[in-house]
Amino acid sequence: MGLRGTRLAVGEHRVVVAGLGALAWVVGLLWFFPVAWTVFTSFKTEQDAAAQTLHEGLSLDRYSDVAHSTPGTLSLQSAFTNSLVVVVVSTAIVLLLAFPAAYALAIRPVPKWRDVLFFFISTKFLPIVASIFPIYVYAQKWDLLGTRTILIVLYIAINLPLATWMLRSFFREVPRELIEAAEIDGTKLINQLRSVILPIVAPGIAATALLCVIFAWNEYFYALQLNFADGSTMPQWVTSNVSTRGNFLAKLSAASTIACLPVVLAGWAAQKRMIRGLSMGAIK
Amino acid sequence: MTATAADATLAKGKPAGLQGSAWRRRLPLLPALLYMVAITQLPFLVSIYYSFTNLKDKTQSIIPEPTEFVGFENYRQIVSDPFFRQAMWTSVKMTVLAVVLSLLFGTLFAILLDRRFPGQGFVRTLLITPFLLMPVVAALIWKQQMFSSLFGVLNKVVEFLGFESVAFISDHPLGSIVTVLVWQWTPFMMLIILAGLQSQPADILEAANVDGASGVGIFRQLTLPHLRPYLELGALLGSIYIVQTFDAINVMTGGGPGSTNVPYYVYQESIGGGFRYGAASAYAIVVVVFSIVIATFALRVLSSLLRDEERA
Repeated sequence: MGLRGTRLAVGEHRVVVAGLGALAWVVGLLWFFPVAWTVFTSFKTEQDAAAQTLHEGLSLDRYSDVAHSTPGTLSLQSAFTNSLVVVVVSTAIVLLLAFPAAYALAIRPVPKWRDVLFFFISTKFLPIVASIFPIYVYAQKWDLLGTRTILIVLYIAINLPLATWMLRSFFREVPRELIEAAEIDGTKLINQLRSVILPIVAPGIAATALLCVIFAWNEYFYALQLNFADGSTMPQWVTSNVSTRGNFLAKLSAASTIACLPVVLAGWAAQKRMIRGLSMGAIK
Repeated sequence: MTATAADATLAKGKPAGLQGSAWRRRLPLLPALLYMVAITQLPFLVSIYYSFTNLKDKTQSIIPEPTEFVGFENYRQIVSDPFFRQAMWTSVKMTVLAVVLSLLFGTLFAILLDRRFPGQGFVRTLLITPFLLMPVVAALIWKQQMFSSLFGVLNKVVEFLGFESVAFISDHPLGSIVTVLVWQWTPFMMLIILAGLQSQPADILEAANVDGASGVGIFRQLTLPHLRPYLELGALLGSIYIVQTFDAINVMTGGGPGSTNVPYYVYQESIGGGFRYGAASAYAIVVVVFSIVIATFALRVLSSLLRDEERA
């Protein structure tokens, strides 16, 4: 995705162009304001945060407050470890399952590939609440409540349809002639994958993995229902900083900043790829 | 790429019978397919079974076995449940408002970002950030920082302008939740539409420019038809996720009149405190039937996208 030159229409005035650029800046700053304000608040004292004032200066104290939680509650360390393990393992398995599936849907399409693709997408239309209770019952029967395993199992199911769909779109961009040429040369399938297909779809795999990571890192419902207490993940750790007694806005802001930072940084770094990934290459 | 072309290449390389090769081609698909069936379809079947029982959990601690079959009793109740109808209506309003508004803003922002200006990449980075945030955090930010009636930033602005402060969340629960959804989903729509704008053939636009077509004319005659599949894709993906909204409601209002959508209502009736699992399962099944109706429509859109792709 390259940046195009200015499309300066013949009649278009320079002032109009400058005005539109300025408007884009205003819109961007307004949209970002709640985020900026939260990060700003995270450096304040609780008194300043609650009153939206700034009398006592800024410091990193709230960050050390939330990092050292009271014993018996979900700590930052265990929430972070849980999130990291769940996100990395589930995303890796999603890619392992989606890669061959996408191959079978795009490079050598199976008969009725369209129906199969529809099935994958249609599972996303099933409301999660329609199946949460049976999942809860069986998780309890099999002693999976409060474990990382149950979240990994469910996050794979959340992300697999989207990953299959996106990867299929990227696989379709591999020119057929390249694969045919490799076949005529008698290249083994594994070498075909490595030397012909993988280099072309690698950026697509990265974009797909990133979206899986975002959705898994940010997931709240399953984590809340199946993994209360110390088995739980970052979203629940953030909400545990909301207190009914005393001021908590600055600590909550610090916790929010910590919880969102990894995914936000990854998203910023990969934004151009994501633009292509989100459009799925499905439409040319 | 057609199926026949693929068959031809396959037949060239491998003398194996067609039957065998078809199964070899299906094999890579099976793990993913079986996984999705096991994790999404089987629990759903169990839910259907529960929906015909009066399964309840009075003690709220142990999971009891279903006591007895009640036939369609749970389904009959739905018809006379005004709260469920209200939740349905809230779901429709919430989804349609959030999807339409974020598509609208997303398109406008994408148009602004498609032109070159100083700091273009930086502004795009600012704009996509809300989409990357945890929905829980987004909802908390808006609840505690923006909407809060005493010290919220929005009320500071409102008071500065000389108006009475507003109790945003308690007086406008649906509007507050939709605001957060639109804030998070506009960047997503913007990214999809930006991809659409940047895939426009430049030579046609230039030709239109040379012919003296007006900017608005070019947009309506050329850009909008080109963007159609992108807008449809955005609407499809957006509604899949937004119709299931749970986090924002849970954090901002905890349900209540005007903001309880169907997923949240089913949640409240079952594990969220009602513990009437049989009845809640029936509600969930009704939701699934409705979803299937909407999904059929949505998948038709998807199908036309795929057909376009094949023609390309």
